[in-house]
Amino acid sequence: MSIDLKTIKHISKLSRISVDEKKAEKLAGDLNSIFDFIEKLNELKTDNVEPLTSVAETTLKLRSDEVKSKNLRDQVIKNSPKKNEDYFVVPKVIE
Amino acid sequence: MSDITKQSLSELVENIKSKKLSSNEVTKAFVERSEKSKELNAYITEDYANVLNKAKKFDEKPNLDLKLPGIPMAVKDLFCTRDLRTTAGSKILNNFVPTYESTVTQNIWNEGAILMGKLNCDEFAMGSSNETSFFGNVQNPIDKNLVPGGSSGGSSSAVAAQLTPITIGTDTGGSIRQPASFTGTVGLKPTYGSCSRYGIVAFASSLDQAGPMAQNVKDCALLQEVISTYDEKDSTSIDFKRNEYSKELTKDIKGKKIGIPKEYRVDGMPKEIEDLWKKGIEYAKDCGAEIIDISLPHTNYALPTYYIVAPAEASSNLARYDGVKYGFRAEGENLIDMYEKTRSEGFGAEVQRRIMIGTYVLSSGYYDAYYLKAQKVRKLIKNDFDEAYKKVDAILTPSTPSSAFKIGEKTNDPVSMYLNDIFTVPVNLAGLPGISIPAGHDAKGYPLGLQIIGKAFDEQNILNIAYAMEEKINFKNNITDWWVK
Amino acid sequence: MSKNKSEYLINRHDNQYEVVIGLEVHAQVTSQSKLFSTSATKFGAEPNTQVSLVDAAFPGMLPVINEFCVKQAIKTGIGLKAKINKRSVFDRKNYFYADLPQGYQISQFKDPIVGEGKVILDMPDGQKEVGIERLHLEQDAGKSIHDLDPKNTFVDLNRSGVALMEIVSKPDLRSPDEVNAYIKKLRSIMRYLGTCDGNMQEGSLRADVNVSVRKKGTKEFGTRCEIKNVNSIKFMQMAIEYEANRQVDLIEDGQTIDQETRLFDTKKNETRSMRSKEDAHDYRYFPDPDLLPLEVSDDFIENLKSEIPELPDEKKKRFIEKFKLSPYEANILVSDIETSNYFENVIKKSDVKLATNWIIGELFAALNEKNLEITESPISAGNLSKLINLIKDGTISGKIAKTVFEQMMEGDKDPQKIVEEKGLKQESDPKALEALIDKVIDDNRDKATEYKSGKVKLFGFFVGQVMKVSGGKANPQLVNEILKKKL
Repeated sequence: MSIDLKTIKHISKLSRISVDEKKAEKLAGDLNSIFDFIEKLNELKTDNVEPLTSVAETTLKLRSDEVKSKNLRDQVIKNSPKKNEDYFVVPKVIE
Repeated sequence: MSDITKQSLSELVENIKSKKLSSNEVTKAFVERSEKSKELNAYITEDYANVLNKAKKFDEKPNLDLKLPGIPMAVKDLFCTRDLRTTAGSKILNNFVPTYESTVTQNIWNEGAILMGKLNCDEFAMGSSNETSFFGNVQNPIDKNLVPGGSSGGSSSAVAAQLTPITIGTDTGGSIRQPASFTGTVGLKPTYGSCSRYGIVAFASSLDQAGPMAQNVKDCALLQEVISTYDEKDSTSIDFKRNEYSKELTKDIKGKKIGIPKEYRVDGMPKEIEDLWKKGIEYAKDCGAEIIDISLPHTNYALPTYYIVAPAEASSNLARYDGVKYGFRAEGENLIDMYEKTRSEGFGAEVQRRIMIGTYVLSSGYYDAYYLKAQKVRKLIKNDFDEAYKKVDAILTPSTPSSAFKIGEKTNDPVSMYLNDIFTVPVNLAGLPGISIPAGHDAKGYPLGLQIIGKAFDEQNILNIAYAMEEKINFKNNITDWWVK
Repeated sequence: MSKNKSEYLINRHDNQYEVVIGLEVHAQVTSQSKLFSTSATKFGAEPNTQVSLVDAAFPGMLPVINEFCVKQAIKTGIGLKAKINKRSVFDRKNYFYADLPQGYQISQFKDPIVGEGKVILDMPDGQKEVGIERLHLEQDAGKSIHDLDPKNTFVDLNRSGVALMEIVSKPDLRSPDEVNAYIKKLRSIMRYLGTCDGNMQEGSLRADVNVSVRKKGTKEFGTRCEIKNVNSIKFMQMAIEYEANRQVDLIEDGQTIDQETRLFDTKKNETRSMRSKEDAHDYRYFPDPDLLPLEVSDDFIENLKSEIPELPDEKKKRFIEKFKLSPYEANILVSDIETSNYFENVIKKSDVKLATNWIIGELFAALNEKNLEITESPISAGNLSKLINLIKDGTISGKIAKTVFEQMMEGDKDPQKIVEEKGLKQESDPKALEALIDKVIDDNRDKATEYKSGKVKLFGFFVGQVMKVSGGKANPQLVNEILKKKL
């Protein structure tokens, strides 16, 4: 199995992390060595094994429908790198 | 008292309770030592002026019924602390100041402790040597240019160097136990669901657990009893009966059955580790425990499983760092451009690498082959432990396959770095508690640790075994204060 | 066959095309707080004032599920006669967008809370069953505002994390009319249940519309396009019409249809491709490790079943059987929970037939004219009931009743009082009427003579005169009787 540069670029797009050629090549090398090591799992037959998502052997607890969080606008916006009085501000979205 | 910082947490608590020491005296001593220890780079953010104020305030009206009365403490910078910068060791959170407090740290402050500052760690807890931190390497007080382990490297360094009487770290694949082992300290990773994850910067949600890091087992037990609470704000927090671990601590482990898994004798394991393990078995026998050989057949698959599950969850958990709501933002021509630049400049290389791995294993066409497969193998790994625990009460293994290595030694080889966690990762995958205690030194004089793995929610038992063995081992850390200025 | 008459087909040259439509309806769950956080869900709040640290995805914040939203989803499932899944799983749908703070939406992918169900539509040519594929719970996103600033987009997270039910239909719909009926029925069921207010203006009900076309008679589905986020029935119908014709044109032109996501431009009345193909979406769904599987017991579901009110289909059946309403009348009266409540309140104490006529006739017309909902009706059910009783017992005539009704529309006044104050009570005293009639005959001697000589048409004239002189208050039935005698 080999991860090529095209795949690296595709994943970097999905991850919203920009990569240039040099970085892509380095990443391809790293990922290939990591996946070589991961491939070990293929030694195991797991057809009849239930996947384990959480080790917590309990089910979801439900909370009551109460409004507890008050208006936190100042707190919520405070840390934003760009904002105005009311909103988070981001560069124009182009569809 | 000039040797305040040499005292254990339990001694300090005792001395404050009996009014032999004030919080101010204790706090001042640790602040002074921390200030002289900048070369270790254990801190990311210091809060000395505030902590001294808090100590004075505590002394004005001391509540001595608390479990941690006026005890100063620095914590890993993965815990969100109200009004004090929380970075997770990342540029992307460089200027982030939470308006809220993690449940675990809140529990600590509720028992009277006061915050000294935030300790260095690998970026988003992704690393085994603290070398991925945006805020630089941390020195291991054992020797210059030695890594303190990771990801809780600032924490292990700070405890070993006595910059803080005790601390908390987080452990996703070994991030408490491995640095504890590298620094000659004690580190406990509790059962998944024991400590709330609320307010802890997430790495891999199904694996992350906070836990205490201390100079001895008793201190560790005391802090564990403070931080472990059921929390409605964390849907994976588990409501079980929690012990008063320090009060119920006993060295009487007679008749306890301790399993020795043959699969942990990995290829190329240094003889020193093998010898340490044998010594550990003898100590356990001396304490009256019964040694039983067991098998955990899927041990070798734990690391590959971990390197699918953890990056997958991380790739999604770290999607929120996009330059919109908080943290670092790089300017961009449009939204997507801004995202890509922010995340490319804001995250370090290891974090980017893991996000990429995680994105890949979840992506269309690869999900079944990697992510689903890993979840199935995770089940097999858990089954191994379930099976073993029908025969034994706990399992004894080495904590790490080697002692601490030099800074820079493994940075160019991610896989060899990942192999560091070979003995600790299975424990996270199975959600079990595990404790690392210092058990000896290698030829270079570097500490080595042993790991005791327990049944789920059976922290008391492994603390007891560790407590009993600690006495037999009688470990002494070689701290020379080489960094103190 | 009448069935063929209403069939919706697109004709091009010699070919007839059938349109196949499936809907993914996003219905906002009626709840006080959000699906995974405790902030409020009120519509129209100031921007970013209903945003918790969880909604804005601050580091270390974790989701905790709202029990009421779970109940609402299950109730809706019961209302759709659907299978309730006792175990369901929340997954993360990963993608980046300014108004998606977590970088993922918590949704249900493989194991939704509700499975297959059905909805019955009442079409002019009979009933039609539309299959429901599934219903799942998910978080709403925030809002990106593009038109407040030339260079920037503003983000409001008030909606972020609000609970939505995504209700996915099977591709069973065949025309814009059926889509109209389907949405209305779905809305009606949810409003009966109180699980979604169905307010389309406020965005509580939106739909993604899947459209494909195929030559009439073929079994295989054509390639479908998904028209995203359409927020009114009218737009859905327009979008379908445009899109179906676009696809037919492509096929007729020998071209293929790309499976893609499209947007309906309400200004230009056309759909257009939303995203370029190379930026194909890969949502990387996986179970949310911050949440455990959601499990509900049989008891939990049974308790909810016991809370389910009578739903429109059952109510319609009862109205027809018990009150002998026509299917048409019953349909109108059950179409909305508020209307049926109003109707049932009116008939508690008055005649069903009259109530039906007055509600469907006068009341609806008057409300329509004033652009009011039945819940805003100036006339309460109690007072309409009184008015109907005044007619029934002969206190006022139907004609006077209309006058009284008009005054009631000006403010919820007791009809009895209006009648008394304005002296509108019907004159039913035979003696008084006789005197009145005598006078009218006296005043119109010549016409009386003509009548007697055989010009019976003039009877109407005399009735009119009597009514006029009585100011409309004379009991028409008695007037008739007495007049006949006297003439």
